[in-house]
Amino acid sequence: MIRRTILSAAAGIAMFATGANAATTLEAVKAKGFVQCGVSQGLPGFSNADDSGNWTGIDVDLCRAVAAAIFGDGSKVKFSPLSAKQRFTALGSGEIDILSRNTTWTMTRDTQLGLNFAGVNYYDGQGMMVPAGLGVKSATELDGANICTNTGTTTELNITDYFRANNMSFNLVAFEKADEVVAAYDAGRCDVYTTDRSGLAAQRTKLTNPDAHLVLPEIISKEPLGPVVRQGDDQWFNIVRWTLNALINAEEMGITKANAKSRLAGTENPAIKRLLGGEGKFGEELGLSNDWALNAITAVGNYGESYEANVGPNTPLKLDRGVNALWNKGGILYAAPIR
Amino acid sequence: MLIIWVIVLTSKQLTKISKANLLNDENARGIIFQALLLCAIGVGLYWLIDNTVTNLDNQGKSLGFDFLSSTAGFQISQTFGTWLLDYEVGQSTYWDVYLIGIANTFLVAILGIIAATVIGFTMGIMRLSNNIIFKSFATTYIEVLRNVPILLQLFFWYFAVLRAMPSKREKFELIPDVAGLNITGLYLPAPVPEQGFGVVFLALLFNVPLVFFLRLWAKRKQEQTGQFIPIFWLSAAILILIPTVVYFVMGSPLSWEFPEFKDTGPMLRRGYQSGLGMLVVPEMLAVWFALSLYTAAFIAEIVRAGILAVSKGQTEAASALGLRPNFTLRLVVIPQALRVIIPPLTSQYLNITKNSSLAVAIAYPELVSVFAGTALNQVGKEIEMIFMMMMVYLTFSLLTAAFMNWYNSKVKLIER
Repeated sequence: MIRRTILSAAAGIAMFATGANAATTLEAVKAKGFVQCGVSQGLPGFSNADDSGNWTGIDVDLCRAVAAAIFGDGSKVKFSPLSAKQRFTALGSGEIDILSRNTTWTMTRDTQLGLNFAGVNYYDGQGMMVPAGLGVKSATELDGANICTNTGTTTELNITDYFRANNMSFNLVAFEKADEVVAAYDAGRCDVYTTDRSGLAAQRTKLTNPDAHLVLPEIISKEPLGPVVRQGDDQWFNIVRWTLNALINAEEMGITKANAKSRLAGTENPAIKRLLGGEGKFGEELGLSNDWALNAITAVGNYGESYEANVGPNTPLKLDRGVNALWNKGGILYAAPIR
Repeated sequence: MLIIWVIVLTSKQLTKISKANLLNDENARGIIFQALLLCAIGVGLYWLIDNTVTNLDNQGKSLGFDFLSSTAGFQISQTFGTWLLDYEVGQSTYWDVYLIGIANTFLVAILGIIAATVIGFTMGIMRLSNNIIFKSFATTYIEVLRNVPILLQLFFWYFAVLRAMPSKREKFELIPDVAGLNITGLYLPAPVPEQGFGVVFLALLFNVPLVFFLRLWAKRKQEQTGQFIPIFWLSAAILILIPTVVYFVMGSPLSWEFPEFKDTGPMLRRGYQSGLGMLVVPEMLAVWFALSLYTAAFIAEIVRAGILAVSKGQTEAASALGLRPNFTLRLVVIPQALRVIIPPLTSQYLNITKNSSLAVAIAYPELVSVFAGTALNQVGKEIEMIFMMMMVYLTFSLLTAAFMNWYNSKVKLIER
């Protein structure tokens, strides 16, 4: 979901601050001894803190992987919970080193905010949820529906476009906050609840009877979510991008949290050796040690492991891999090779 | 403008400056510090504006109101505003969205002011009653409602209203086939004026000044001769009877469009049919309830204070003069109480307008929700749009205040 934010003066100040950073981000991170990671204020499966303050989620895992790649220790990371409005300012001003907060990669953000998207760790899209009792199986049957959503996002625009394109009528009830949308939908004010599909899965767990609702198959927008860094520090950009690539490549090669060390010792496969630091100096090229990827994988597991543990079918979110499966398994996840 | 001010000030005071030490001179000191303050304000303003322009420039943005004429690509909940402006996605512009926001804000503000006044006066008078049930009811009402934050009350009313309603495909009929409600709102018949209704409307309009002059004449007559002419029933007859007669003479030129309920056909098309009859959405009802009940609690206390402020001697003097109790109330107590009531009442009215912006939380499409929320998010013109929005609240507040001040000057003690 593109949460376009009010970034008037703040973003401008952030841009000046970027220029003022003399030391590289990597040097600064090494000097302070931890990675400062911007996350959401609580989106189950993506970044969410439990009662004792431990953060979990696929966005959190990415930060831990970067910390492990740098320090060899996935716990050397601190989290800053940020609202949608605060996030880019926090990154631009240097308050955080990585923004890993279910943030949609769009051209405006990439080109106008002084930021760079280091990749995509979750391909999302806007979906729709309906009560199962309605008997609706497809979004094309929704003519005349009442639809609940959040205001202040592109969700309203996407849903309007979709209904106009399909020549259907509808009535939109737009709330300011997600909690009220869920409550109103749960009370029956609307036939449909629309937001990002990952958001639907997460919010569904809050409904009185989650099983009595179903997510329709249609996806009406593209929302690639990924980690963001400041523009102008290519080394740091590369570290984040290649850590993500390493996790995805690890899944492709069947390297897991548990078997990574033994695979390195027992393999003659040059691709695996290059990834895990048995061959070449890929880590040093990034300014890290050569076992950077090995450390990242042993800290959080490969991409697939992280997905299954946080958002997969066995979690409350129950999200199938779908487009987020590897390219050779029917999805679109395709990481550049390490060579 | 600032410079002109300085020059005027300077020329006024220069003549008075003595040739002694400038800082010891009261006039010179005044000018120097005024000038310094002006400089500081000027520099501050320059700094602010320059910063804004530079930062906007850095983001590749510019200031301007061109966006108002581009079309808005999003749907807005069907309400008074969308009906008034005939909103259509892909046709209507951001200017229409702005007007829709204003219309919805004003509708709920005006309805809120009326309801809060009625409830507030009732509660205020009830709290002064000697009847223990009335008194304790009013006391409880006031203490509970004015001590709970308005936003919580808003949520309470909204979700209480929602949970109590039958579902979209069921109905609770208030008057069978005429009016009913369910979770999607309150459905009422909508008046449809036909050929000749304008004449009835004119008859109604024409009668208002008629009654006004009648009252004026009766009052003058009473002042001159002391004779009291009862005109209440006569005015009522003029206001109601004449338009009614005209209405029937014109052949009843007003028809009603009734809401239609279907319980067959496609699942999503069942329930009340959209576009037939008048729909009051639950969001609107909740905002209206919350605003009026909350503000009424404050108005009740203002009314109580106003009535208590009229000394008992006034009532006693009036009865000593032989005035009957209802005349005592109308001619002696209320005019004096109003003098105390009106000024704080004005600020309560302003509060209703401003608090209506909280409605964004429960999806009522008023100004903050549609314009500063959805539209701002698409257009990104923060400065212009927030400015336009502030102007609306400012204008409405100033108009309310101006009207209430005019009324206040009418009821306040005229000293001779």
